[in-house]
Parts: sequence; structure tokens; C-alpha cells
Amino acid sequence: MKRLSVVLSILIGLSMMLGACSPATQAPAAGEAPTSAPVVAPTTAATEAPVVEFPRSETLYTGGKQWGPVSNWNPFMTGNYATGTLGLVYETLFIYDPLTDKFTPWLAESGSWTDAKTYVLKLRQGINWSDGQPLTVDDVKFTFELGKTAALNFSSVWDWLDSITKVDANTLQFTFKDALYQEWANNLYNVPIVPQHIWSTLNAKDVSTGANEKPVGSGAFLYQSYDQTKMVWVRNDNWWAIKALGYSIAPKYIVDLVNTSNENSLGLVLQGNEDLNNNYLPGVSNLLQGGYAMHTYYSAPPYHLAANTAWLDINLQKKPMDDVKFRQAIAYAINVNDIVSRDYGNMVQAANPTGLLPVWDKYVDQNVVKQLGTTYDPAKAKQILAAAGYKPGKDGFVTAPDGSPIALKIIVPNGWSDWMAAIQIISKNLQDVGINVQPDYPDFNGYLDARLKGTFDLAIDNQAQISNTPWSYYHFIFYDKLTDIASTQGGNYGRYNNQKAFDLVTQLDKTSADDLKGMQGITSQLQTIQLTDLPIIPLWYNGAWAQFSNANWTNWPGSGDGQNHNFPVTWNGYWNMTSILMLTQLKPATK
Amino acid sequence: MKRYFGRKLLVYTLTLILAVTVDWLIPRFMPGNPIQIMIARAGLKAESAKLIYSYYMQAFGLDVPIWQQYINFWIALFHGDFGVSLWLFPRPVIRIIMDAVPYDLILLLPAILISWFAGNNFGAFAARSKWLDNTISPLGYVLTATPYMWLGILLAWSLGIVVHIFPFSGAYSYGLMPHLSWTFIWSLLQHWVLPFASLFLVMFGGWAIGMRNMIIYELEADYSHYLEALGAPKKLIRKYAFRNAILPQITGLALQLGVIIAGQLVTEIVFSYPGVGYLILQAIQNHDFFLLQGCFLFIIIGVLIANFVIDVTYVLVDPRTRAGMTGEA
Repeated sequence: MKRLSVVLSILIGLSMMLGACSPATQAPAAGEAPTSAPVVAPTTAATEAPVVEFPRSETLYTGGKQWGPVSNWNPFMTGNYATGTLGLVYETLFIYDPLTDKFTPWLAESGSWTDAKTYVLKLRQGINWSDGQPLTVDDVKFTFELGKTAALNFSSVWDWLDSITKVDANTLQFTFKDALYQEWANNLYNVPIVPQHIWSTLNAKDVSTGANEKPVGSGAFLYQSYDQTKMVWVRNDNWWAIKALGYSIAPKYIVDLVNTSNENSLGLVLQGNEDLNNNYLPGVSNLLQGGYAMHTYYSAPPYHLAANTAWLDINLQKKPMDDVKFRQAIAYAINVNDIVSRDYGNMVQAANPTGLLPVWDKYVDQNVVKQLGTTYDPAKAKQILAAAGYKPGKDGFVTAPDGSPIALKIIVPNGWSDWMAAIQIISKNLQDVGINVQPDYPDFNGYLDARLKGTFDLAIDNQAQISNTPWSYYHFIFYDKLTDIASTQGGNYGRYNNQKAFDLVTQLDKTSADDLKGMQGITSQLQTIQLTDLPIIPLWYNGAWAQFSNANWTNWPGSGDGQNHNFPVTWNGYWNMTSILMLTQLKPATK
Repeated sequence: MKRYFGRKLLVYTLTLILAVTVDWLIPRFMPGNPIQIMIARAGLKAESAKLIYSYYMQAFGLDVPIWQQYINFWIALFHGDFGVSLWLFPRPVIRIIMDAVPYDLILLLPAILISWFAGNNFGAFAARSKWLDNTISPLGYVLTATPYMWLGILLAWSLGIVVHIFPFSGAYSYGLMPHLSWTFIWSLLQHWVLPFASLFLVMFGGWAIGMRNMIIYELEADYSHYLEALGAPKKLIRKYAFRNAILPQITGLALQLGVIIAGQLVTEIVFSYPGVGYLILQAIQNHDFFLLQGCFLFIIIGVLIANFVIDVTYVLVDPRTRAGMTGEA
């Protein structure tokens, strides 16, 4: 009814305007209303009327994660929960800083392995849920045990976790069948702790797939409202970390905008209407020099922190990609620096031959890389092809040693413009050394399907994200359940089959995170295997795209000395990798 | 009269059943599996993804044979159940559409209606004078040939980003939630102007050109010449020509109104206007069978209603149809 009356009044307003026949007479202030609108925000208590206007000076506008209207607030549904559901509302036991490789106790007070198969967790005291109930070890125990009864994103932990026992009012003991240290550490900063008194009343279906409207969490922000174009969070002034850790958060509201196009987002950032944007916006490196009030983490190339590695998936089930010599030739033929400078305007970096992200530098065995690593060298690529019996055919492209012609396709999803440009460069590079490769752009489904079913030739992939352990990267590229790939999307889309590598990955998972030497020993062996067999070819590091405006909020993260080094990223899984700390550092701009 | 509408009703019912079946079939011809896309977006660990994959297949009823899915679809439809969206899981499809439709209506309804009235009158007017025909008609051709998107971007860039007269993103300020106040209505209006203008201008060109050509054609018809020979005033002849020329325009209008629910994809994307067009695009990209089905169902119903309205209108405005009907009965 309310909407109808709104619509009616608009129509009346409309006809009035058109009667006057000059809709463009008045010029209100710059672009968006928040700067010009008189602010009459009915504050809390007295009326209880919901706040419907968010004063610009108290509001942080973000964008880049939400590609459609918000539809759920279930922290276990990592696919499409509202931006910040995990991080702003629900919190994890620890938060993890990839840049310093440090775990910071968050809901937990501390945690440690007391013996090979026992992990003891102490919970921080004095934390309350936003409905006033205390957050206890029972909630933590309950949350983990939910994974047993419902299909959740962390359910697989119960394949190797045996039981959880409550030792005392603030201590839990986790007993493992099989201690997977690396994976466990990953869960510590990724499993959202939920309140037992609410979630125990839900059935298994609602736990796994319910929308969980009006979420009750422990975090710094509370659910305020949402509409077609945004999600609004309001600051939780009773947040535990204000007292416990001395944090304070300046923005009262966070308004996360739904993206429709990169052009629209770019316009909003340039005008200072969106304070933080996490889309890949082409040409940002040029605009940074253009005097716009827009900034990035680094003020010089590569501008953005690295978030994941883009690599070339090679289908080893098909000829001639099953020939390691052929793969070597590909590795030498691709000019990654050209992609970095021409396609990305230096907003990314060329990847280390191992594909390990910069934060995992300490796991790179420099000797192995020096010995086996490949760099752009088309002459060498040609030489390898010739030596392996690939002879030029009539059309100038090489044929397989048995004389059969070679015609390959390299795929990326249609519309992913930076990747589309990249595979044009790659195809050209490969054609230059005589390999007939054509770029192809199926829609995302076609691309996904080709990789899951193993029907592609070559594809670009970047699914292994930054994390606390290189294990997650190796678990992906050396995923061992080859027959399950279609349903698990576990990685290894080229179907590389090497039991030795698979065993090493499992062994890495079982190595304690404190045992750096032990981890390095294993990763070094994995790098030797990877660089010898080339099941994938790492290309460049995709950025944690973040462009921010100083117009309304300052003290953003940056690489400089006086700046804070948090991740300025609103994507899922980044709030708990220090983005939440970014919020505690923001200051209102002085005007 | 009864027989005429009875027969029409039967035809419409059959068309509806056929169209809804096609509507159900088409998304299922797309390659790939929607659940895989959901999993891909969730970025899960392999071991958990396996559990969730089988869970979703069952939850969406995609694990039963295809003929059974079809029957289940009709059963659900008769219960008014359009299903749950995959892309905006777990929101019901009907709610997603209902949330978006008002934005299409406030944008498209005025754009279509006003451009129709203005375009027709202008076209008829232009056809009268050589001078106007030489200046306005080319402009009309340019306008109607302009892609909505291009004009939209041009307007957003010039009036939104360069000179800051109008906001170019969203249906109202991002600093507001919908409520009844002058602040809100003012904001809604400001945000409405650019997308409206981009639609209005292109549509206006189309109607004006159509009308102009039609009028010229009618003025060359035998009856016009006959009237002229009888010495009828020019005004009368033009009136007759206009009444004949308007018929195809009425059909065009009704058809445009029929697909109004589909929104205007490119305009919505350029201006981040939250209508159904954007939903359809996303539903296709995300293999959201259920949302796509729901959107198209509304479009089908809209088109059928529009056609029915045309039938009725023709009876009212075109004496020839009326005569045909009585002749039959």
C-alpha cells in the first residue's frame, strides 16, 4: 500500500513537471542527494521509527562484492550472503593477517596444540550477542557441531575431527582423529560462530540454506535495512572490541551498493560518492595520475595487493598437451610482461614461476626456481618444439610428431574483459612460435562446464585465493580426487595425475604451522614436481582491487610508513583477513 | 459478440499453455548446470562442496527425471508457487519480481505513454509541412536509430559526471530508504530524469517517424483524393487520415505496454536502475531457471493481455472490425 501511494505521488509529480515542460530547470548539488538533503534523521529511542536517511558524514559507502540485490544473511552460505555478513556481524575465533602471517585472537583469547592430536581453545570473556545474551564456549561447540548435522561450508572438518569437549566455562578441547594442522588453522579464521539460542531452534534445512533475516551476531555492525540497490549496516556501539581491544569505528553506517557495471562504479568513485570500491576498474592507473581524489594501496605499480594467482590450465588428457615438451614450449612462449603492461596497465605483477603469492615468498625454493623456472624466450620455445619433433606444416603452424595438425582453443568467460585481452596476447604469443591457438569466449557456464568435464584445451583459472597456508594453493592445483572434479570443483582441471605430488600435499596438511623448515621441505619438492611437469603455468597475480576516495573518509590502508597495512577489501573472506581493522582506522575527512 | 470473444479466449488459453511450456523448456536447453554455478561462486573447499552439491540438487528438485520436473512445475504453478531463485537464493522468485516491477513502471509507463502521444502528434504535424518534414524527420530518424545505451551513457556522462546536474546511479539517493517524504520524492524525481529522458527521446523518434509515414500514405490513398475532389476541407481530410493512421500505432503501443514488465535492460544497467531487465540478464548469466521462468511468465501474460486489449480496442475504434463481427454472428 505504501509503495502504491509513493508511486501515485510520483506520477502526479511527474505530470506536473512535464506540464511545465522543462524538467532540467533546477540544478541541485553535485550528483547525489546526500550532500544536499536536509538531514532529519529520527534518532533511536523516542519514536522507534526506523532511520531512513543516512547522513553523508556518518556513512561509509562501499561496493564491489554485491552483484545483485541482497537475499540472505546466512554466514554459512558463502556464495551469496550480504557483504559483511561474516566479518561485520558474525565473527570468527581468530583473524588472520596474510601480510605478516599472524593470527590475532578475536573471539578466542588464545588457542594452542597441547599434543599432536589435541587443540585447546580459550574463549574471550565478556562478549555478548547483539540481543544481549552472552557468547559462551557452548556457542562455539554448537557451531562446530552444526557442521555434523547440516551440509555447511566447513562440514568436511568432521572427516578428521573426532570430538569437542567443554573443559570449563571458557575452555574447549578439540580432539582429532587425524590432525590436519594447516586446514584447521584455516577454519579458525573462517568458521563464523553463531548463537546457539537462535540456531538450535532451526531445522537442518534452514541452517544450511535459510535466509536468516535480521541476523544476530557478535560483530561491530548490526542489520539496519536493505533495498534493491543496497545493504545498510549500522554500528554496534556495544561491540566487545571497543572495551577489550580499545577499538572504535568512526562510520555509523556502512552502505554497500549493488554493482551493475564497472563504468557506473567508476563514476561513483570519481565523484566521491562511493568511498571504497573493489571492482576491477580498467585504466585506474591512468586516473590516479589525473588529479582525481582516488587512491590505491600502493601509489605506484602494481597499485593493488595480490589476491590470487592467474594461471594457465592445461588439459593433460588431450594431445599434444600430454607431452611435457609441448607444455614447456608454451611456458617459454608466453610474454607475461606484455599482459601486465598492455592489458593491465601495470596494475598486476607477473607471477613467480611457482605461482606462490608474494605473501608465500618464504616457501619459494629459489634454487629450484633458478634451475627449473621458465621465462619468456620464444627462441627457446621454438627450439624445444623442433627438438621434440613438432615440425612446421603448410600453414606455418607446427604439427604433432605423428603428423596430425594442432588446433587448440584457449577459453575465458565472455565479458571478463581483462582476461579476454590476456588470452588474445597469449594466443598471439603461441602463434608466433608456431602453435595454432585461438582465443574463445564461452559464457561463464560454458567455461565452467568445459573445465569441470575436462573438455577444454587451455583455460585461465585463478580459483585458489590468498590464505594462511600454501597448502590451499597446492591442494587446488594437485587436487587428487580426479573422478570427483565435476561435483567438487576441487581444482586440477587439467587432470594431472601424480600420486607422489598428492601425497606431498596431504603431508603438508599434516605439518604443523610452527614447523617452517618442514613445510619448506615439502613445498620445495612440490615446486620441483610442478616446474618439471608443468601441469599448470602461473602467469600473473590478480589484484585485491581496491580504489578509495579521500573525500569523506581518510586514513585508508597503504604501503607507506605511517599508513596501516590492512586489506581494504569487502569481498567474502577478507573482513576476517584484516579488513575489519581497516574500519577501526578510518577517520572522517576534515572539510 | 459472445462467439467472437469465446473463440479468442480459447486461442489465448492454448497460446498460454504453449508459451509457458516453451518458457519452461528454454532455460533447460542452456549448457551447464545451475548448481555448479552456485558452488563456483561459493568458493568452497572440495570436500564440503561435494556435500552441498548433492544437497542443492535435491533441494531444487533437479535430481528427478526431466518429465517429472515438468509436471512438478505445473503443479507448483497452480499453487501460485514460482519457485525460489538460484541466483538470489533463497528468495522466492515472486518477491524478487515484485520488488523490481515498480521501478519499471515508473520509468517505462510515462516514457511509453508520453512518447506515444507526443510522437504521434508531432509526426502528424510534421507530415503537413515540407519545412518541418525536412528538419524534424531527419532528427526523428537519428533519434530512433540511436541505441538506448549510447544515448544513456552520453546523458549520464554529460549531465551526470561533467556538469553534475543530475545523479546518474540508482532510483533514489543511496543515502535514503524508501519512505513518504518530500526529500525522498525529490530524490526519486532527480534520479528519474536521465533514464526517462534517454528512453523518451529514442521512443519519441520512433513514433514520430511511424506516424509521419503513415499519414503521408493515407493522404495518398484513394479516399483522400476522393474527399479532396469533393472539395472537403483539408482539416477534415487530415482528420480521416489521422484516424486511419493511428490504428497500427495503437497496436504498437499495446505491444510495448505488454512487455513493460520486461523492463529496459540497457537503460537499467547504465543508470543502475533496479528493474526487471537487469534481473533477466543476471538470471541468464547465473542459469537461474526459476527466476528466468518467472520473469518470462509475467511477460507472456503481459503480451497476451495486451493482445486482448488490442482486440477489444479495435472493436471500439475500427468500425470495420465491428461490421465483420456482426456479419459473422
